[in-house]
Amino acid sequence: MREPAAVSTAKVVEQKPVRLFPRIRIGRKSIQQNDLAGYLFISPWLIGFFLFALIPIGMSLWLAFTNYDILGGWEYVGLENFQRMFTRDIRYSRSLAATFKYVLVAVPLRLIFALAIAMLLNTKRRGVYWYRAAFYIPSVIGGSVAVAVMWRQIFGIEGVVNTVAESVGLTGVNWLGNPNTAIWTLILLAVWQFGSPMLIFLAGLRQIPQEMYESASIDGANGWQKFVGITLPLLTPIIFFNLVMQMISGFKVFTQAFIVSGGGGAPLDTTLLYSLYLYNRGFSTFEMGYAAAMAWVMLGIIAVLTGISFKLSSLWVYYETDVK
Amino acid sequence: MEAQNTQLLLGEEQRLPERQSGQKLAQGWAYHTFVILLGLLMLYPVFWLFSSSLKPADEIWTTVNSLIPSRLAFENFTNGWKGFGGYSFAVFYKNSFIYAGLATVFAVSTSTIVAYGFARVKFRGKNFWFTIMMMTLMLPTQVLIVPQYIVFSQLDWLNTFLPLLLPRLGGDVFFIFLIVQFVRGIPLDLDEAAMIDGANQFGVFFHVILPQLKPAVITAAIFSFYWTWEDFLTPLIYMTDPNLYTVSVALRAFSDVGTINDWGAVFAMLSLSLLPVFLLFVFFQRYIVEGIATTGLKG
Repeated sequence: MREPAAVSTAKVVEQKPVRLFPRIRIGRKSIQQNDLAGYLFISPWLIGFFLFALIPIGMSLWLAFTNYDILGGWEYVGLENFQRMFTRDIRYSRSLAATFKYVLVAVPLRLIFALAIAMLLNTKRRGVYWYRAAFYIPSVIGGSVAVAVMWRQIFGIEGVVNTVAESVGLTGVNWLGNPNTAIWTLILLAVWQFGSPMLIFLAGLRQIPQEMYESASIDGANGWQKFVGITLPLLTPIIFFNLVMQMISGFKVFTQAFIVSGGGGAPLDTTLLYSLYLYNRGFSTFEMGYAAAMAWVMLGIIAVLTGISFKLSSLWVYYETDVK
Repeated sequence: MEAQNTQLLLGEEQRLPERQSGQKLAQGWAYHTFVILLGLLMLYPVFWLFSSSLKPADEIWTTVNSLIPSRLAFENFTNGWKGFGGYSFAVFYKNSFIYAGLATVFAVSTSTIVAYGFARVKFRGKNFWFTIMMMTLMLPTQVLIVPQYIVFSQLDWLNTFLPLLLPRLGGDVFFIFLIVQFVRGIPLDLDEAAMIDGANQFGVFFHVILPQLKPAVITAAIFSFYWTWEDFLTPLIYMTDPNLYTVSVALRAFSDVGTINDWGAVFAMLSLSLLPVFLLFVFFQRYIVEGIATTGLKG
């Protein structure tokens, strides 16, 4: 394999003027078109896409306008599911409120922590590699049932948080039983897992040329001025990317809400995150038509939020055009 | 003016070399102390979980603050391993390894093939399909689970591994994207050399590209294993027979607040379930860090 490569390179050098191998000079465009090979290579994804995405999407759209239940009984109900969601289902509006609170608080906090720790670890000091790994650990294990159960016990009445609070003279709080505090345990669990955006920020911080900071120091800028004037604007594309991705994943959180709330979004539906409520409707009471309608509204909310983010991004996201 | 500033800086450095280095050392100490304390605070819950799994059962809720067990109660692990309802954790681990292992093999192997097609083969409609594929990243799985469940239950596939594994044969968009990025970074010279020698696209894929893909494939495999190992929703929906519970579903049943009398056993099983994840992380952290940094994969 290696030898022919050498031979053919020699050939190319020899016969360059004859234009026998033009493809080598024009690089990427050189690859010959081969429709059959292309579709053969992507066929696993293509088949999977039709069977497990496109057809279910079509079905889901149809389901959203029916009252399908698992026994197979169904009839067309028009917009009934959506009317019920927005006018009569009190649990749905509570679920929506809980989800918005969760996403709007947890996502910015998580990104702030991610950026702060990334800046703290963006140095060449000894051992910093291990620190990065350590701060990433919560993200590795955070989605598991084990960590969710652990979290529930930490905030339990006899849990670590209350024990520590009582040992310094404060009174314990029923974190999970109090409608005002329960969602905050979930928010804290989300913020705790800032590892992935942290690593993405670190990669971004390393891209910023060191000379920019040096010349700013020479001009007398202090640390804060450098942060606001250089770091933040150059990181805005990454902040934006993280913001959109984290927002979408915020709507999908299921395991943690399920475990911490005991499956039903207790207390008073304050931890009834969207995916959890959807699961309850679809797979506990088997109102699958209604669950499908909820999924479509969720898709709509995500699409609108993403659209707004992109629209607003031109106001604050800074794209380098002249650098490079 | 710039020259003056530089001179000032230089002058200062020359004047106080000793104090400067002393100050730097102190700064270094302050830095490491701060970061380590912060790290310990962050990881405290995990330490607490591990230490609780080794405490004698009567000690867990009486010495909540302490991380040090009075003796190492390894019986928690043997008690926990017995499981519940006549099903031991051996059954749940077997199921989890089947699910995570096969799903990873399926998803990563097909993702590699598909990624090569998108990265190296020129065909009509390529950009269209690539765009469609990237758009499905935005699609919440919640839109798909209800109709998928209906189809799979009509096929009588509940309580089998088919609904869990079959969709993985289509590859995973995250991994396809990761490998596409990686393949694009491999120089075209070797492909072309092989093609000149008469290899077709398949030959190039197997003999030229595939041997070089090791780092990307390892990264994808680790993430696939993580996500599948921790997956809770899919097995919760499809596996209702305790004989087919995965570890995550079993843990949920095992840690049901109302029925627990042996918290030591529960904490032991919670800790044990994190062990495969930790081991992979320790051995392959380089791939994980690079994988996230280069593609912006979520973790």
